[in-house]
Amino acid sequence: MDHPLQGQDQTLLQQGHSGFAADWSSDQRAFKKVSWGKAMMWILLLSDTFIFACFLVAYLTARSSTNAEWPNASEVFALHIGGRDLPLILIAIMTFVLISSSGTMAMAVNCAYRKARKATAALMFATAALGACFVGMQAFEWSKLISEGVRPWGNPWGAEQFGASFFMITGFHGTHVTIGVIFLIIVALKVWRGEFDRDQRSWMSAGNGDYEAVEIMGLYWHFVDLVWVFIFAFFYLW
Amino acid sequence: MTDILPEHDSNLPPREVADVMPPHAHSWIGKYVFSQDAKYIAIQYSGTAAAIGLVALVLSWLMRLQLGFPGLFDFITPEAYYQFVTMHGMIMVIYLLTAIFLGGFGNYLIPLMVGARDMVFPFVNMLSYWIYLLAVLVLVASFFVPGGPTGAGWTLSPPQAVLSGTPGGAQSGIILMLVSLILFIIGFTMGGLNYAVTVLQARTRGMTMMRLPLTVWGIFTATVMALLAFPALFVACVMMLFDRLLGTSFFMPTLVELGEKLSYGGGSPIAFQHLFWFFGHPEVYIVALPAFGIVSDLIAVHARKNVFGYRMMVWAIVIIGALSFIVWAHHMYVSGMHPWFGFFFATTTLIIAIPTAIKVYNWILTLWKGDIHLTLPMLFALGFIVTFVNGGLTGLFLGNVVVDVPLSDTMFVVAHFHMVMGVAPIMVIFGAIYHWYPKITGRMLNEAMGQIHFWVTFIGAYAVFFPMHYVGLVGVPRRYFEIGEPAFLTAPVDGLNAFISSAALIVGAVQVLFLFNIFWSLRHGLAAGGNPWRATSLEWQTPETPPRHGNWGDDLPNVYRWAYDYSVPGAPKDYVAQNDPWVPDSGGRRL
Repeated sequence: MDHPLQGQDQTLLQQGHSGFAADWSSDQRAFKKVSWGKAMMWILLLSDTFIFACFLVAYLTARSSTNAEWPNASEVFALHIGGRDLPLILIAIMTFVLISSSGTMAMAVNCAYRKARKATAALMFATAALGACFVGMQAFEWSKLISEGVRPWGNPWGAEQFGASFFMITGFHGTHVTIGVIFLIIVALKVWRGEFDRDQRSWMSAGNGDYEAVEIMGLYWHFVDLVWVFIFAFFYLW
Repeated sequence: MTDILPEHDSNLPPREVADVMPPHAHSWIGKYVFSQDAKYIAIQYSGTAAAIGLVALVLSWLMRLQLGFPGLFDFITPEAYYQFVTMHGMIMVIYLLTAIFLGGFGNYLIPLMVGARDMVFPFVNMLSYWIYLLAVLVLVASFFVPGGPTGAGWTLSPPQAVLSGTPGGAQSGIILMLVSLILFIIGFTMGGLNYAVTVLQARTRGMTMMRLPLTVWGIFTATVMALLAFPALFVACVMMLFDRLLGTSFFMPTLVELGEKLSYGGGSPIAFQHLFWFFGHPEVYIVALPAFGIVSDLIAVHARKNVFGYRMMVWAIVIIGALSFIVWAHHMYVSGMHPWFGFFFATTTLIIAIPTAIKVYNWILTLWKGDIHLTLPMLFALGFIVTFVNGGLTGLFLGNVVVDVPLSDTMFVVAHFHMVMGVAPIMVIFGAIYHWYPKITGRMLNEAMGQIHFWVTFIGAYAVFFPMHYVGLVGVPRRYFEIGEPAFLTAPVDGLNAFISSAALIVGAVQVLFLFNIFWSLRHGLAAGGNPWRATSLEWQTPETPPRHGNWGDDLPNVYRWAYDYSVPGAPKDYVAQNDPWVPDSGGRRL
């Protein structure tokens, strides 16, 4: 099936490696199907990947160089429900919620290709709601740990770098989710009002009547989701 | 492709992106203050960078006064000296060199050279400048807070950077420094996304990547590197800020200060150094690659010859950029990291010498049998080659672990990096300003003042840094407020230090003449016309000089050739502009 955004391209595209070389050595655009906004988002995410990678590597370094014992994540992040401790239950729910939000985002992008205005907006609002839910659960997790005595400079169970890394990394990721939720709502409102259907340039719209801002938003959202998988693996499961 | 064979108009592919004129600003504030025109943003960036660079210049004078004439100036305390060293280094590397090459030349030249009307996101581009300005103001503010700016050295190595023994460590100096760096990185990222996307996605018809002037290749590669290297500095700054403000111990081991055990414990100071130098070494090339690119263009234009080995030059830039990410720990041979790392990092470091040497040979071969005009840009380009080769050779000493260990933290290192990433890129900045000033203002810079500026700067820089190698070899450590006459020095250096300081004062003073020239020539310079150097690249082919907002009038230029068609046999002029559809075989017949 043809990609609906392909229609704006008059250039004939070659496939495979030869197409890759031909694009790079051709004029005007190195990535033929990619708009300016989308290229910017990809490069921004590449840069952001390095930030998260540095955070995670710094955390692993701190964990391996401290001489105090590292707290056991499955005990620290357990919830006491129904008379017994369920390890990592909250994180499991949070992860499920965030990954589900990636699903609704993907559906929103799909609807955006078909310019289904109302469905796109509704799915984006659903994504924003799931994202807000994630941040809310993170706030709950933070306050629970704080009430148990976890601080950036120390905690009851062992290496003080535990609390420091936890607040720093989850805080930085949570900030990303929060920013994402805000922009999801903005873009969803613009979709709902039909601003992307008009042939008029405006903020976040090139005025060519497509829903590309939704797709760019989706790139960001999937990235935030993917980063969480790494944080989950390196911080909670290990 | 680098072919000089022309293509017919009909062979140019259709326009892929609609030619949209960026909206013109109508108010005075929109035009001159919150301007979204990349050319104006470039001037704002350069002006701010030059202003803060002057502060760094004065700081270097104060340092040299102390080193050359110790005890004579009692307002220079040891604390103040450390603050001068730190701020001089940080300002020069980040707030002057990075900002002026990418924010200044990048903004001015990229849209003009690739044939675009402006950067792709003018609003974000404008924000980039204002956040940069905020970063500079926060940096300047640290001079006025209690305790003064940080004196931790420009590498800000923990744990000392956040302890009370270091100036600004227990007060707000270090905090403002870190906040300023974080702001700079945010601001740069906004600009950097613009530069990268404009080069990749907003070129005009016919402008393939392999027809870009090397200036654009240098700035583009440096931008991509900066987008990947600054994250490490960002993370290091955030973590150190937490160590200082929240009492975390990311980089802080267990410490005893003034007989009292601090609350820190278990952190790794070396982790900071790894993060810092993962940024810090690419940073050297973030400054050097735009200089490489610009100097290639200056040499080609002023020697009336095509760049030798264009394709190789491009690949050398890209390979240097990639390799520079795996050499960072050569700054850390004496940090206490595992000695095996030294073997790996020394090897990669020396491999970088290969693409770098290719570039130097190609510059020489471009000059070979060229019609060399000793104009001011050419003089500075030649000055660059000499100082860069000189600094690069001492880099071979320092890249080897066994040679570096005794030389580390001596004045030899100071001489090395000033030669290779201080004097050399600044030579290029001067050359570039003399070269593009006519395009920016429509007037030439005054030649006589320029000649004085070049010769005093070039000879003076040698007078400063050449003897400094010797000072380091006899054993003078860097960053010492005063060393007296310790037994380990193999020769006295007092006289030499006084000589270096005098030379530094003269070199600094002549920069004032340069600044005067810039303002004087605005009004009194000779009228330049649109293309005084008879250059081929697109920025010289604009309908107006200085170019108006939107750069190209009604029609975007079409590009038919690379940027280096100088002295082509059979051509009507000794240069063929990139947008000139002239065909050699047709006897100069225009299409």
